[in-house]
Amino acid sequence: MWALLKGGRVVDPSRGLDEIADVLIGGGRVVSVGPSLPASDQGTQASRSMYEGSGEARVYDCTGLIVCPGLIDMHVHLREPGFEHKETIASGARAAAAGGFTAVVAMPNTRPAADNRAVIEYVVERGRRAAVNVFTAGAATKGNEGAEMAEIGDMVEAGAVAVSDDGFPVQSADLMRRVMEYAGMFDIPVLAHCEDQSMTRDGVMNEGITSTILGLRPWPRQAEEIMIWRNILLADLAGCALHIQHVTTAGGVDAVRWAKSRGIRVTCETCPQYFSLTDEALTSFNTNAKCCPPLRTQADVEAIKQGLADGTIDVIATDHAPHAQEDKDVELQYAAFGMVGLETAVPLVMTNLVKPGVLSFADALSKMTAAPARVLGLDSGKLAEGASADITIIDPEADLVVRSSEFRSMGRNTPFEGFELTGAVVATIVQGEFRHGSLKCAEARAKV
Amino acid sequence: MQLRRKDILGLQEMSAEEIGLILDTAESYKEILSRPVKKVPILRGKSICTLFYENSTRTRCSFELAAKIMSADTTSVSTGGSSIQKGESFKDTLLTLEAMGTDLFVIRHSAAGAPHFAARVVKCSVVNAGDGMHEHPTQGLLDMLTIRENKGRLEGLKVLIVGDIMHSRVARSNLWGLSKMGAEVRLCGPGTLLPAEVEKLPVRVFTDLDSAIEGVHVVNVLRIQIERMDRGFFPSIREYSTLFGITKARLQRANSDVLVMHPGPMNRGIEITPEVADGEFAVITDQVTNGVAVRMALLYLLLGGGTNVGTA
Repeated sequence: MWALLKGGRVVDPSRGLDEIADVLIGGGRVVSVGPSLPASDQGTQASRSMYEGSGEARVYDCTGLIVCPGLIDMHVHLREPGFEHKETIASGARAAAAGGFTAVVAMPNTRPAADNRAVIEYVVERGRRAAVNVFTAGAATKGNEGAEMAEIGDMVEAGAVAVSDDGFPVQSADLMRRVMEYAGMFDIPVLAHCEDQSMTRDGVMNEGITSTILGLRPWPRQAEEIMIWRNILLADLAGCALHIQHVTTAGGVDAVRWAKSRGIRVTCETCPQYFSLTDEALTSFNTNAKCCPPLRTQADVEAIKQGLADGTIDVIATDHAPHAQEDKDVELQYAAFGMVGLETAVPLVMTNLVKPGVLSFADALSKMTAAPARVLGLDSGKLAEGASADITIIDPEADLVVRSSEFRSMGRNTPFEGFELTGAVVATIVQGEFRHGSLKCAEARAKV
Repeated sequence: MQLRRKDILGLQEMSAEEIGLILDTAESYKEILSRPVKKVPILRGKSICTLFYENSTRTRCSFELAAKIMSADTTSVSTGGSSIQKGESFKDTLLTLEAMGTDLFVIRHSAAGAPHFAARVVKCSVVNAGDGMHEHPTQGLLDMLTIRENKGRLEGLKVLIVGDIMHSRVARSNLWGLSKMGAEVRLCGPGTLLPAEVEKLPVRVFTDLDSAIEGVHVVNVLRIQIERMDRGFFPSIREYSTLFGITKARLQRANSDVLVMHPGPMNRGIEITPEVADGEFAVITDQVTNGVAVRMALLYLLLGGGTNVGTA
């Protein structure tokens, strides 16, 4: 399919492009980006060579829309293998496409754990048939047990793009050091879930006045910050690329800022829930607001926004963590941690970061495209001639109401139910094919 | 005035007027407890289910007696020997028992917020009989009734709660109730057993018992759970007792007609000396009696008091 995306605001943070332009895609690739591109090979010599004799493109009017590189979510839980009642690679990928993501990185806390070649190959193979590009991280330790290093080299050869201890933070500093040293050989980042579990035993929410009032067991910020500092110091020692996952606290942002100022190879991410909500979301014992690390305070929300604005926080990921109804429809103490995120990320970023001026469109999109591509060493996250036609089209002015019943994800566990947000994903194109969004609607535009 | 509530989940969300109504009602019902025939037909035909996911003797007995005196039928379910242990979810247990015609659940649970969850699941009334470290509203009410009975008022009194504040639902319910009724609440315990940012609550916080107890009208002594020692909250029973135990000597610093209360069960010789527990200032058995009266009042207000928004 050849398609001409006409008149959109083309934003490609990888090369500082932000202008009204047309994007011609064909053969699964971006053919050309520029003003007033021809809709067919009729006419000039230039247009004939551009189309390579392919005839004409379907024209989509993108006036008023943002056309940007396909978004990359470097932190999702696709739950397969082992928890297919929560999500599958196929359903998670559909949710990703609906949320504007053309690539996701699956975390290895599956059952069995993605700690060996066989499981990595399984995920990669399933991912090939999914709606978006599916990458996977390997488990840092065997069985996610934090005791012995997993076969990282073998997993990298099988396609793992990183290793991670997500959900099962490695408690031994010595083992974490070895993981970092070893992973460094393969030029992959270590994605670290930072949590000192000696401080979070039974903890379900941020420690503070709200946990005190609710009598819920506390998960103090220091448990996260101590591990962020530890991992930064270990990364400095090991010389590997460390990526801190889901930073939630002001102190965590400070730690990363310090590390970067010292030239330590560290990057980090935060998630929409950490700049959109505080721990007061748990006041009604809403299990959908229970996540790990937990929602923090307004001061942390402000610090996270500051970290995003000054570049300390490189990446916005979702930590998409789908759960079945029975995992959440229980007492808060026993409810599973995590919330779905793929299908609310763009509107939350637009509403809570771009609209209030915390980040420009370009900077926000950079943290969801070029930045994760850079952290992971992926040749994507850009909208340039010759690149794979992974493209996301966003209507920045569209108002929407979050309805979990409409999610493509099998998980309905969102704390944003009923939220009124601005900024919607209109279409998602993966390797030149529409994987989300209505063609009909786009054609109707073209007739105007 | 009527209590326009489906559930009693905590004192935090209650107004001073509602608390006053419950205490007044309890006061009038207390007389029934001293009659030779302790039975009134007020709740005849109502089914009350006590659902206890945590061991308790006194609270459950108190609720059951209250219900029986009011002529309600009671069912009791606890963690031993029921479907709870077969892995049935809390939600399904609630729905099952409600389908049997339960009009009101009394719920004790180790997880904070469990009664709130239950209140969303079932259409009938829910009374929180203690949820984790969160609230124990009927204990707060019976403590306030005991104070009001003895002192004639709550407003302007200085009430000290001493012990393991962090894990105490009794402390949380008391501090909301008492502060709403105009009393000054003081909390005292080891720094390790004071919850985060407790000073943001309407209380004065102390770690030195001798200064905390100065001039108070009431000392409410919390039970210290020995197993807290294992997690390093305090080094030894001996040291805890020395620093935070209520002794006759310490009581000298309090108001001359101080009341000594304890929600029970007591560790005599640890958080309270036997001579204080059995002494002239102790009103610990009054608390127990008032517990029945307060629960009778609540059951009446929720089930028999005419307008009941939730079950209408």
